[in-house]
Amino acid sequence: MQFMLLFSRQGKLRLQKWYVPLSDKEKKKITRELVQTVLARKPKMCSFLEWRDLKIVYKRYASLYFCCAIEDQDNELITLEIIHRYVELLDKYFGSVCELDIIFNFEKAYFILDEFLLGGEVQETSKKNVLKAIEQADLLQEKTENMYHSKSFIGCKRAY
Amino acid sequence: MSSALGILSSRTAVFRWGLELTSFLSRLGKTWLSVRPRMESGGRQHAGRSTSFSADFVKSGTAQRRSRTGTRAFGDGKSKEAEIKRINKELANIRSKFKGDKALDGYSKKKYVCKLLFIFLLGHDIDFGHMEAVNLLSSNKYTEKQIGYLFISVLVNSNSELIRLINNAIKNDLASRNPTFMCLALHCIANVGSREMGEAFAADIPRILVAGDSMDSVKQSAALCLLRLYKASPDLVPMGEWTARVVHLLNDQHMGVVTAAVSLITCLCKKNPDDFKTCVSLAVSRLSRIVSSASTDLQDYTYYFVPAPWLSVKLLRLLQCYPPPEDAAVRGRLVECLETVLNKAQEPPKSKKVQHSNARNAALLESISLIMHYDSEPNLLVRACNQLGQFLQHRETNLRYLALESMCTLASSEFSHEAVKTHIDTVINALKTERDVSVRQRAADLLYAMCDRSNAKQIVSEMLRYLETADYAIREEIVLKVAILAEKYAVDYSWYVDTILNLIRIAGDYVSEEVWYRVLQIVTNRDDVQGYAAKTVFEALQAPACHENMVKVGGYILGEFGNLIAGDPRSSPPVQFSLLHSKFHLCSVATRALLLSTYIKFINLFPETKATIQGVLRAGAQLRNADVELQQRAVEYLTLSSVASTDVLATVLEEMPPFPERESSILAKLKRKKGPGAGSALEDGRRDPSSSDINGGVEATPSAVSTPSPSADLLGLRAAPPPAAPPAPAGAGSLLVDVFSDGPAQPSLGPTPEEAFLSELEPPAPESPMALLADPAPAADPGPEDIGPPIPEADELLNKFVCKNNGVLFENQLLQIGVKSEFRQNLGRMYLFYGNKTSVQFQSFSPTVIHPGDLQTQLAVQTKRVAAQVDGGAQVQQVLNIECLRDFLTPPLLSVRFRYGGAPQSLTLKLPVTINKFFQPTEMAAQDFFQRWKQLSLPLQEAQKIFKANHPMDAEVTKAKLLGFGSALLDNVDPNPENFVGAGIIQTKALQVGCLLRLEPNAQAQMYRLTLRTSKEPVSRHLCELLAQQF
Repeated sequence: MQFMLLFSRQGKLRLQKWYVPLSDKEKKKITRELVQTVLARKPKMCSFLEWRDLKIVYKRYASLYFCCAIEDQDNELITLEIIHRYVELLDKYFGSVCELDIIFNFEKAYFILDEFLLGGEVQETSKKNVLKAIEQADLLQEKTENMYHSKSFIGCKRAY
Repeated sequence: MSSALGILSSRTAVFRWGLELTSFLSRLGKTWLSVRPRMESGGRQHAGRSTSFSADFVKSGTAQRRSRTGTRAFGDGKSKEAEIKRINKELANIRSKFKGDKALDGYSKKKYVCKLLFIFLLGHDIDFGHMEAVNLLSSNKYTEKQIGYLFISVLVNSNSELIRLINNAIKNDLASRNPTFMCLALHCIANVGSREMGEAFAADIPRILVAGDSMDSVKQSAALCLLRLYKASPDLVPMGEWTARVVHLLNDQHMGVVTAAVSLITCLCKKNPDDFKTCVSLAVSRLSRIVSSASTDLQDYTYYFVPAPWLSVKLLRLLQCYPPPEDAAVRGRLVECLETVLNKAQEPPKSKKVQHSNARNAALLESISLIMHYDSEPNLLVRACNQLGQFLQHRETNLRYLALESMCTLASSEFSHEAVKTHIDTVINALKTERDVSVRQRAADLLYAMCDRSNAKQIVSEMLRYLETADYAIREEIVLKVAILAEKYAVDYSWYVDTILNLIRIAGDYVSEEVWYRVLQIVTNRDDVQGYAAKTVFEALQAPACHENMVKVGGYILGEFGNLIAGDPRSSPPVQFSLLHSKFHLCSVATRALLLSTYIKFINLFPETKATIQGVLRAGAQLRNADVELQQRAVEYLTLSSVASTDVLATVLEEMPPFPERESSILAKLKRKKGPGAGSALEDGRRDPSSSDINGGVEATPSAVSTPSPSADLLGLRAAPPPAAPPAPAGAGSLLVDVFSDGPAQPSLGPTPEEAFLSELEPPAPESPMALLADPAPAADPGPEDIGPPIPEADELLNKFVCKNNGVLFENQLLQIGVKSEFRQNLGRMYLFYGNKTSVQFQSFSPTVIHPGDLQTQLAVQTKRVAAQVDGGAQVQQVLNIECLRDFLTPPLLSVRFRYGGAPQSLTLKLPVTINKFFQPTEMAAQDFFQRWKQLSLPLQEAQKIFKANHPMDAEVTKAKLLGFGSALLDNVDPNPENFVGAGIIQTKALQVGCLLRLEPNAQAQMYRLTLRTSKEPVSRHLCELLAQQF
């Protein structure tokens, strides 16, 4: 996979993950182009499209579009399920995830993605294992925070 | 609970801030992504209460905020401005905190770095905070470290100064033996993946990967981290004894480790297939265990009742890097697996969820890819085809799309072509009824791929019908496809002419020059269709509005063959002329120029029109036309028509000679557009040898060795002999060429001056050069046994000539051998000059060319004899005619023997004929280049070399060398302007080999990296070796 973008129906980018080196300018251009292309498609159309020399696989969940760019030999259907598994992971972690969770807890969204996909390839497909890794990290976080007795910042959700 | 309150208040603050700056929130309620009814979660095990508490909080917080800020954000149009203002204020605040005298504690640093990230992700630029993020890396608090890494992953490009610091922190974490920290560090390397990081860690990571005591999660991250580094800079990842141990990770207990390892191996084995060969049997047994497992065996690795779909797909992909297993047992087991997958597809689904069917079909389609890759199990191929046939009518658009796509490949396999054809009605129906244009496009591709003599008429007419409503973006491609199919499968040429004229009528704007040039070539070459063509264009031109391309075709054809329909009073010469002339004023300059040529031809064909036409030419609008070309034609034609006698006129304006049958330029164009796969329908010439007699243009030499796979002939035109000699009509012919210099058929009109150059050099012997070359064994060829081995410096001497054609090949005290050579297409001519440097005559002077090994079948060299005596100080010349029959690796040897003062002298050199001499440069756009580059991605198609520069690294010199090597240099293809990118086709008699090359100089390291991709594996390697020695 070359990159993954999450954007809203209004075309606002919510999460971006690039697995190939590109300049900021290129990233912006690609994002703009793809958001436009995908938003213009009608609901019943197929989830795959050819774009430049890549294949785009996208799926809409409520107000969010998940959009992956894969290479010619990659499997489209399994990529659709990569998207779905990621949404499931987010859902399980946040508990009925919504767009706001991803906006305000973007760091968690990234951490979960890193546990699931690394370097553009699936690293761990077991939901349990991914969430276990994140939970462990959260436990470490709690320890530090209790130590601190401190205030929080964006997205420190997990403290009693 | 007290800390919860604290968080609550600070969260509120953050949210207020967030809400004010994002106007979208006003429109956004809590919208659920609603993945599924929460069925499997009995309760959230992790930090359960707090999660729901926070989630509830978000909800209520949002709702509250919305009601308050909603009115403010709505409709005042200033929200964007307000957002920017708010952000700038916040940025200023953070900046002052970072710059402040008071050192920030880790927590505040983390908070501000996190805010910066948030702002960046809202789409604003961030130009500071990097240092603070790097500082966080060395924190021993997990959250601080984590945010630091996140910032770097998202925001840091290879900023060298920082990278050093980052690398340091990573190094510490990797050495920490704390798996959580190690994973963070590995994720960071995988996310950034820069060369600097590769240099720092590429050697360590394999060690971590195969270390016995690494945790599973660390192994997984290490494997994919290594993969990313390898993709970025393969030269940095050393192969070694760890590779064998990586392969054995396929046996690992932990499915996650296997999943990660397969990806790594799939990538590594493309470069080093032999090193990883053992992975095939391991992958097969792993796959077999998964495929045969019950849907619950794999616990959490089962996805919607499908066992380990991701791993299955990856294993199947890995197997596609290799040919079918040789070991019968392994092969049997694999075939069994594939059969099981196909069988399972027939079982009723275990769940109605789309996830279940997607996961199942993902593995199924990947299995079908593997079956097609092997292309050796007819039974499986047919079953695959039937399965895809079912999908063609599936209610899921996605599946229909994929089925159409996969079937295209199946259509080019001889085992399944017929089976694919049975679905023609479904595919045509898809073309008519699919609502999604991308699906229709696939249907059109498939129709093209499944077309053969038996269904061509149906398919062409369906495509023509589709063309009327087709998306603008794909019209040109459809036009090309129709044109090719019509030509290739034409049984009678009137159908062909009708089809092309229909094309012009329906989609004139999309009919490129290649297409209408081609129809002219074919009509000119086949006298049985000329009358019909003339009649048809005449009728077509009578439409009140016809496309300019129609006028061009009509003008040309009537100018040549108008006489064939002149007998009918309805199309008498004056009628023809006035019909054409009625279009004249509406046409572009190029078309008018063509029409003027038609007019002068009319004067010859129909003397009765002479006065009228001269009147037209004489008119001020022509004679004083502002366009030089038109003016010149008018003046010349007018004079020609009044000065020349009828005989001269008849000679000058004779009917065009037949075009040399070489190649279909349309096919070339389509391939340029679509890459190699697109030509698959035409590859099936093998199945349909009878087509060559009618459709000679496409397959000029049906006996040519057929290419093994659709991707083999990259730019691939079938090999065809170049035009032997200029067509005979002496004098008149060349004048015509001149007269028509800007005319329509010019690009393919007989040989170009350059082509003629070689022909002129031919000896005046009556045989054609081909006949001369056909006998590769010169009479005086001595057996190889009495030839000495090449002199030690032969290779070095040869290298000097890789990028140049002329120079001194060899010199010692007695003898100098000079070379002058030129190459065109697959032919070459070489002059060898033997200079006697002494004052004594050489006796029994005999230079011979020897073909070691298989070369005789690859390269034909025909030599002319030279005089047996070479006087002192004299030079004799020897001419060699060379024809490249197919790709070759070793150069021929030149053995020179003579007696000097009674002593026998003998010398064996390598003749400077290397495969690259038959290179024909190819220009292409960046997009085409990359597409083609990707298509040549089989492991064996690429050869790469990294080497030290032996000469000063001068871009101009490098350019000259690459051009001398024979490839075209493509600008603006490589994002890095320092790099060189080239493309060309190696022309041999039997086949053509498309080559792409890329040279990346690294001035700092004084190194080059050279990558070659060609459609033939030995050629890639050989070219790579040849070229690498030049720098």
